[in-house]
Amino acid sequence: MAEIPNIIPALPEMFLASVAMALLMLGVFHKTGGINDIKASRLISLLSIVALLLAVLLVSTLSGGRLPTFANMFVSDTFAVYCKILVLTGSALAIIISYGFLERHDMARFEYSILILFATLGMMMMISANDLISLYVGLELQSLSLYVIASFQRDDTRSTEAGLKYFVLGAVASGMLLYGSSLVYGFTGTTNFDQLANLFDAHHGETSIGVIFGIVFILAGLAFKVSAVPFHMWTPDVYEGAPTPVTAFFSVAPKIAAMALFIRVMVGPFGGLVGEWQQIVIFISMASMALGAFAAINQTNIKRLMAYSSIGHAGYALIGLAVGTEAGIQSVLIYLSIYLMMNIGVFTCILYMRRDGHMVENIKDLAGMNRTHPMLALALTILMFSMAGIPPFAGFFGKFYIFVSAIEAHLYTLAIFGVLSSVVAAFYYLRIVQLVYFEDLEEALDKSAAPELAIVLTGTGLFVAFFFVYPTPILSAAAAAAASLFAG
Amino acid sequence: MAQFPILTILTFLPLVGAVFILIIFGDEDVVKRNARYVALWTSLANFALSLFVWFHFDTTTADFQFVHTLTWMPDFNIGYKMGIDGISMLFVMLTTLLTPICILASWENIDDRVKEYMISFLVLETFMIGMFCALDLVVFYIFFEAVLIPMFLIIGIWGGPRRVYASFKFFLYTLAGSVLMLLAIMAMYFDAGTTDIQGLMVHRFPAELQTWLWLAFFASFAVKIPMWPVHTWLPDAHVEAPTAGSVILAAVLLKFGGYGLLRFSLPMFPEASVMFTPLIYTLSIIAVIYTSLVALAQEDMKKLIAYSSVAHMGFVTIGAFTLTVQGIEGAIFVMLAHGVISAALFLIVGVVYDRIHSREIAAYGGLVHRMPGYSLIFMIFMLGSVGLPGTAGFVGEFLVLVGAFKANTWVAALAATGLILGAAYMLYLYRRVIFGSLTKDSLAAIKDMSLREVAIFAPLIVLVILMGVYPAPFLDIMHVSVANMITNIEFALNASAAISVAGN
Repeated sequence: MAEIPNIIPALPEMFLASVAMALLMLGVFHKTGGINDIKASRLISLLSIVALLLAVLLVSTLSGGRLPTFANMFVSDTFAVYCKILVLTGSALAIIISYGFLERHDMARFEYSILILFATLGMMMMISANDLISLYVGLELQSLSLYVIASFQRDDTRSTEAGLKYFVLGAVASGMLLYGSSLVYGFTGTTNFDQLANLFDAHHGETSIGVIFGIVFILAGLAFKVSAVPFHMWTPDVYEGAPTPVTAFFSVAPKIAAMALFIRVMVGPFGGLVGEWQQIVIFISMASMALGAFAAINQTNIKRLMAYSSIGHAGYALIGLAVGTEAGIQSVLIYLSIYLMMNIGVFTCILYMRRDGHMVENIKDLAGMNRTHPMLALALTILMFSMAGIPPFAGFFGKFYIFVSAIEAHLYTLAIFGVLSSVVAAFYYLRIVQLVYFEDLEEALDKSAAPELAIVLTGTGLFVAFFFVYPTPILSAAAAAAASLFAG
Repeated sequence: MAQFPILTILTFLPLVGAVFILIIFGDEDVVKRNARYVALWTSLANFALSLFVWFHFDTTTADFQFVHTLTWMPDFNIGYKMGIDGISMLFVMLTTLLTPICILASWENIDDRVKEYMISFLVLETFMIGMFCALDLVVFYIFFEAVLIPMFLIIGIWGGPRRVYASFKFFLYTLAGSVLMLLAIMAMYFDAGTTDIQGLMVHRFPAELQTWLWLAFFASFAVKIPMWPVHTWLPDAHVEAPTAGSVILAAVLLKFGGYGLLRFSLPMFPEASVMFTPLIYTLSIIAVIYTSLVALAQEDMKKLIAYSSVAHMGFVTIGAFTLTVQGIEGAIFVMLAHGVISAALFLIVGVVYDRIHSREIAAYGGLVHRMPGYSLIFMIFMLGSVGLPGTAGFVGEFLVLVGAFKANTWVAALAATGLILGAAYMLYLYRRVIFGSLTKDSLAAIKDMSLREVAIFAPLIVLVILMGVYPAPFLDIMHVSVANMITNIEFALNASAAISVAGN
């Protein structure tokens, strides 16, 4: 077994790892203090974005069959390619919208982009994990980077508090995941996904109580990472405390990666035990949708509101997983792509919320915004209607495919519960529209001259508004990705 | 058949106009003027286009015409498909006629954020026409739901003091109803394997599934129509909406529910429809009698007309579920007549509201002395709403009663009391507003209608009398489609009866 493993499937990860380390060196050796630091940080941000885009290119060349490597611990398939492209796009967009913010808040330190690169690397490892060990390694690489980024605004108590909370709770979740993995290993004798899948298939879904315990612990750990109820408690505090572009990043890339991991673990090794975990996922999904809908109603801080909104969205995505079929997974993948664009768009709008040079976060600060910022108001309104799932915007289609798969699998209760909670959730999205358009202007927000925000907002806004014109490419790509998961 | 996609153009032309308005920048007054003119000309061009469709419409066939298909989501076998038959043709005309009227009616009294207002109206027109033309369930649903967005903004931005409450109630009520329909659409998709409306019309759904599907569709349409007891959003929305918003809400949006019943519930779930007919009759009779009595007690003009709308919609649901040619044609005719008359009545309220800024009936009285022209126009539409022979209101209600009499005498008798109550509340309204002596100081200097205002009413007056005196052109358009629909329903019912006999 001393042969060199095939490195082609892991090439994007290797590329990203080398670039991140090289940029780290560059940053460290350029550090002189003063204005040069800002320049170095700009350069490194720019290079990081380029690296992420190159990684997208590298990843997309891999779209072929299933390519396992490194003693079958790492696998690249169409599913992984699809999710990695989403994660890389999310990370790149997050760096772009942080660009001006960091400088304005005296946080322009080069480590920011590098931490995002490492976190992204961890996410790609998670997506491609084919073994409980490699899963854990990827997850920890991601999480440790995220803990640091959460408290990146180190002079701000809220930010440090967010980082600490995230770390403590995240460590508990990792512990549960690890404990679950050890139970599964103890009762089956293997950590490899393929072997686990074969084992459970051979026993026709019959298994010992110990494995079930292990799965429950793994589920709890993963539910924490996608911030699903009842493991969501950290989300509002961390989202509120972390610097806004970091929150934007948290709400997309790690979530997508964790959801991809969730899918891979549940459908891959534990696919044969669908009867055992389906009811748990259904419960998590319903609880998340309900909490996301009801708890957000009274929020006044827009970042907290978005935290609850993201809990709700995790609930909808989990419907697709609860379905557990190819159509279900396809719908989750479509949902995640649309969610990525919507959320980045909304957070870009939040980054526009500045008054006298300071960020404001109360939703009341949006009152009457359409009089001073008509185009921003229009974009935010489109995004909010999309979040609420009102056609013809992209958010509707995301929910549409999810519910189609739920109905196909005869999960009627889940579907009815889902649509009704989306009506409740519509209330708080509409409240933002109400503030923006119906209320009188009290104090105007600053006029922003950040071109990067305008570009990202225009892009995401157009995507959300005109997704319906030609949805086929995303639908087909998601279909291929879902199929690859069920091929093996 | 590669045909010129005229319905698609008809649907999306207003959207193009809206984009033009969106990119108007510059001096505030110039923007306002340009936005108004672009909106007016776009909607007039669209009306001309719809007249073209009307003249080329073949009244001898029940098939869908001007059909235009595009592949849209091949993975899901869901396509984009547009087409109209005798039932939808008239609603398209109603929409294209009323949009320019609404834009003209808002010419002066909307002075705040004119650009956004005109964009909202044009976008609304796109969604409304699309809804009536859609021949794919998913496309239909998208237009059906999307209408909520511009209407929500119109009520919420340009509405009265309680506009936030009214707009939220309107949005959430209708959304809650429609999401259940969305699930039903998906269930139909899995049962029939398609969302093509023509395909679904010939597909036979199992009887038990039909019951659930019917109920889910009913949840959506009952809110939209609106039927008692889910009508409570309507008075709020009407009272708070700006004049043109009320007009379009009453004239077109309320027709979505009736149209949906005729397009989906009856032809696709015939057995369930027959099963639920007593429920519909009961709710409709309550709507006709109860809301008429409520209307009698109103102090607010718009609220009174809103309640009268609920009563008129009761006739629509009765007529539709009689499953007779007269009943269904009557139901469609009542919807059209109500579209014209209620639109005009809201505009009439808008005329005095622009002058006095009050909708309280008590704030008026003796207007005939200062505004003879206004009084005359008001009288025409008041009598139209009452259902005086020779006006549009009479033909529809008469046909509905004939159909109802064939189906169930008691229903016809009870529904007929609605006509009497309707005369009572409308005449009472007219007396309080128009007659009496002019004692209020605020009314002393009130001016009669301007030329622009008369121009708005002129086409509506012509229509209300034409439809009343010579309804044949309108009935001809719908007749073949309605007859065909009834034949198909009876065929389906007989088939299922034969199966149950064979089963015994």
